[in-house]
Order: sequence, then C-alpha cells, then structure tokens
Amino acid sequence: MSKGRFGKYGGQYIPETLMNAVIELEEAYNKYKDDPDFKKELADLMKEYVGRPSLLYYAEKMTKDLGGAKIYLKREDLNHTGSHKINNALGQCLLAKKMGKTRVIAETGAGQHGVATATAAALLGLECEVFMGKEDTERQALNVFRMELLGAKVHAVTSGTQTLKDAVNETMREWTKRIADTHYVLGSVMGPYPFPTMVRDFQKIISEEIRSQMLEAEGKLPDAVIACVGGGSNAIGAFYDFIEDESVELIGCEAAGLGVDNPKNAATIANGTEGVFHGMKSLFCQDEYGQIAPVYSISAGLDYPGIGPEHAMLNDMKRARYVPVTDDEAVEAFEYLSRTEGIIPAIESAHAVSYAMKYAKELPKDKIVVVNISGRGDKDVAAIARYRGVEIYE
Amino acid sequence: MSKIQNAFKDGKAFISFLTGGDPDLDTTEKLIYAMEKAGADLIEIGVPFSDPIAEGPVIQEANERALAAGCTTDKLFDMVAKVRKNTDIPLVYLTYINPIFTYGKEKFMKRCQECGIDGIIVPDLPYEEKGEILDICDAYGVDLITMIAPTSHERISQLAQGAKGFVYCVSSLGVTGVRTEIKTDISEMISLVKKVTDTPCAVGFGIATPEQAKKMASQSDGAIVGSAIVKIIAEHGKNSGNYVYDYVKSMKDAVREA
Repeated sequence: MSKGRFGKYGGQYIPETLMNAVIELEEAYNKYKDDPDFKKELADLMKEYVGRPSLLYYAEKMTKDLGGAKIYLKREDLNHTGSHKINNALGQCLLAKKMGKTRVIAETGAGQHGVATATAAALLGLECEVFMGKEDTERQALNVFRMELLGAKVHAVTSGTQTLKDAVNETMREWTKRIADTHYVLGSVMGPYPFPTMVRDFQKIISEEIRSQMLEAEGKLPDAVIACVGGGSNAIGAFYDFIEDESVELIGCEAAGLGVDNPKNAATIANGTEGVFHGMKSLFCQDEYGQIAPVYSISAGLDYPGIGPEHAMLNDMKRARYVPVTDDEAVEAFEYLSRTEGIIPAIESAHAVSYAMKYAKELPKDKIVVVNISGRGDKDVAAIARYRGVEIYE
Repeated sequence: MSKIQNAFKDGKAFISFLTGGDPDLDTTEKLIYAMEKAGADLIEIGVPFSDPIAEGPVIQEANERALAAGCTTDKLFDMVAKVRKNTDIPLVYLTYINPIFTYGKEKFMKRCQECGIDGIIVPDLPYEEKGEILDICDAYGVDLITMIAPTSHERISQLAQGAKGFVYCVSSLGVTGVRTEIKTDISEMISLVKKVTDTPCAVGFGIATPEQAKKMASQSDGAIVGSAIVKIIAEHGKNSGNYVYDYVKSMKDAVREA
C-alpha cells in the first residue's frame, strides 16, 4: 500500500507530471511542521492576524429554547476573513513561501477558501489565482469581488457542472501547466497525500482550542462535537483532538440538498460508493460506471461529490457518524440561529446547527454539545433572500 | 511479447487517439478502420469519463459528447470486441482509474483480454499507485503503459524499468491539447529511458502538424496524436471518416520520414 493512507483510503492518484511536486511538498512539510521558527511564525499570525483563539460561546438562549443538552458554539466565523479556511490558507501560504514559491493557486466553492487564500497571499506577497465554478461565481458574486480586491485573479470555470468539483479539476490542470514557481493551496482535507494530512494539521487547532476552552468552562470534555462536511476540513479540525476520547461523539452533517432520495443532493456518506478521484481513494457520489455525479446543495461549500479520506475511515470505524441535512432544514437553522442568538452562520455551518437543534433536544440537560460555526453568513444573505422569494440586489 | 510491439516493428510508429463513443460508437468503429487504413500503427481509445483531469478542453468536450450520447464502459467493450474480429491492429485504452475501479478491477481487465485490448494508459495512476492494478493487468495480459513527464527527471529510470508495451513520454507540462511549440528536451528524456529498457518510446501531448510529428518521431520511436484528431471528429461528426483518414495518412507519412 502506498503512503498517505487512512485505512484503505487516501493515496496519491495524480498524473506523473505532479508527482515530484507532491514529493517536494511532503518533504518541505515534514521539515517545517516541527521547525520552531515556522511554528512560531504561524502561531503569531494566528494570534495577531487571524484573532485566535476563536471564542467558544455558550448559546444560552438556544439551549433554553430547545430544552435539552447545553449548546456551545465554536466561533470560527469570528476569524479574520470570516471562516476556518484562513487557518489552512495561512499555513500553506507560509509553507509555500518557505519553499521559494512565488505564486499560489486555489479552488473555491463558496468563495471562503478563495478569499482566505487571496488574503494570505496578499499578506505574504504571493501572486494568487483562484478557480471557481461559474455557477458559484454567480451564487457568491460578493466573494468574487472580495478576492479581486485582495489582488487575486479569479477564473470562472465553465467545464462540467461549473461548481466546486470542476474548480478542483481546473486547478489541478493549471498546476500541471505551471509547477516550478506555483503551489496549489488545496482547501480541504482531500486530494493526494500530503494534502489530507497537512490540511488536517493546520485545522486541528479548532479541536485543540475546544478542548482547553471546554475544560476551563465546564471542567469536562463535550459529549458531542457537530460540524458540517463537504470535503471535511472544518469537521476534521473540530474532531481531530477528540478522536482518542471515545466519550466524545463526533457527528458530521452532509448536504442532502432536496433530500437523500432526490438526485439533487451532495450526501456522500449516505449515497456514495468507494472510488478514486481527485487524487484520493475515498467515497464518491457516482454512477455504476464511476462517472462522478452532478451533485447539488444550496451551499456552494458543501456542493462536492466526495469526502476526505480520513472521514471515510472514521465512518468505517464508526468513530464518527454522518447525517444528512436538507436545504430546507439548513435554511431554517440559518434563520433560527440569527433570530435566537444574533449570530448569522454560513449556510454550510447551518447544516451543523440544524442537526444540533434536533440532537440537543434528545439529550438530557447535563450533556454538552459543541457546534462548529465554521463561517459567517454574510455571504449567504442574498441567496437566502432568493430562497425565500425576496429579490435583493447585492 | 504483446501485440503492442508490432506497432514498432516496421520503423517509427504513428499512434492515433480518439474518444470512444464520440459522437457515437458506430462512428468510433468506422474511424478505427479508417485510421488503420491510413497507416496508424496503434490506436488509443479513450474510455469516456466525467472528469478527465489530464485533458485539455478538446478532449474534455469529446468525453462529454460521448457520455451524453449514452456511451458506457460496457457498450465500449462490446464495440471493441466487434472491431477485434476485423483487425489485428494493437488497441490500447486510455482511461482514468475510477472507471476501472468502479467497474471492478478484475472484471475490467478480464473484459480487456476477452475483447482484445492490448494495453491501458491510466493518467492518474502514477508509479507509486500502480500496485492498484499491475498484478491484475499482468494476469490478463494487458500491458500497463508507463508515463514519463517533463518533470520526472531522476524518477525516469525507476519508472521505465520493466515498462511494458511502450513508454508514453509526455512532451510538455500541462494537459492534452495542440501546442505551437514543444520546448522539452525530448532526446534527453528518451536517452534516460533507453538506459534502462528496450521498450519503445512514443511521444505525445501537443503534437498536431506533420512537422511536429516528424520531429518527435525522429527523437523517439513514435508520435502520439489525440486532440488534433478529436478536433476533426468534433467538426465533422459522423462524416469525419475521410477527413480523419487524410489527416492520419499525412501524419504517418511524416513519421515515416523521421
């Protein structure tokens, strides 16, 4: 079995043209991840620039309203740029700089990873180009302009389904064209090794902070951690430090779109089968011939036909469980959290909020649930308005 | 020795590519005969895939057309089995790993053997992952083709050792598609391959004109052309037979001069 495996998943299924690039990346990552200067530089950026640690907020009104377990919100939405994506983007851009790269490229779905990468590139003086499905550039027009303000060039991808999957295809193609000076800042715990490992390491700060903040607030670990899952970076970040703590239930919320039984969904664990795509062996929504399915979700960030290999493994091991959440449920949760706590979550994160609303009710009051609010919802306001039949101009 | 070696036995080879089922399987079958008649020494058939990450726009669109027209892995195998009754020309599949994996690796290779596919090229299966299918390919007599890229450098001798069928030398960075100029030092790449294997080397990616084909073949054992042919098929559809014949003939003539 080749390296970079999570059980039977993972690996490096990419064109030969890119092999030396991922080997170079792996060597650089192994060199710098334990390097005290690199760690300090990144830690300083996390504190001074991103604003970490992000708050762990006790959602008292929500808890009382639902009448079950105590609900805490991990406020990744308060990070600079408004989501957890900055944790990974800064880490990778800093690494790219150490490697002597002068240009970074990235895919983006909702635009959060694109914005985070454009931000990190601006700060660190790197040239930046972002690939985004044309449909997503329309759903998330504000984020396109935001990236451009930050000095990035945004390419609207018109191939295939014109969403996140196609943005990844196009960024991989672009990487094979220009490798020597370019690093591909992959935005999730997916792709060929070392990306799933490296991105997880840059995101695990979320669960490390939850642990210490929870111990301080409650003197014990949470009973469940709930996060949304597309590729799975915020979820693995929120889960990772608890994997060894069997008492902590880990729950990923997938985008079920119009429903798991409707073709318009993106629930990979519910509907996917084993396959090899985008550099990794994992689970994918696909047909009997391995044609990748044109998935759908209201959330551009979860609109992806696969899932990171470590999640596929955690699912097999039954260490984490994954539940589908529909568009309707996510929009309801989006509105509920806004109204109840005055926090507008990203529509992605609203999938986790939705399941937490259901699950907390089933649990006794002495249980504690943490919901990872992976991003803020400003970017989604216009889309939610449209969903409710209100036309507003962005 | 596999049938693929026959492609190289009378001098430099011309390898022509088309996407299976573009615009439909009947046309693909006719085009294979036209290519053979025009002098092609080996034919590469693309198994349509929804997300061909190593392809440029021309072949991406051919994949989309083939899938939209209802081509499936099974229907393609059936067509190949029919072709095999009429010709001995070496046939190689170009497919991504997911269609093989999802079909069932063993079932896929068994079908290759039954239908007369002599080798497979899997652009997203690098050396590090070839264990995924290598033993099964060997068991069913299907040559797993080795790819060498302009970035392979010190990896070349490791990659080329034990290569079967032919070695696919990727001429340029990037994806498939016509290029005006090929800048890679092909001779150096080929000489590194030749140090470790006698398996013939063919150069592909970016070749469109007879001059380019001649130049690439003069530095190797053959030239591979895909996008330029697929473009003709895109333009003329079901009626592309004569156009493809003329083009392949001009390319084979150029390669003969190399």
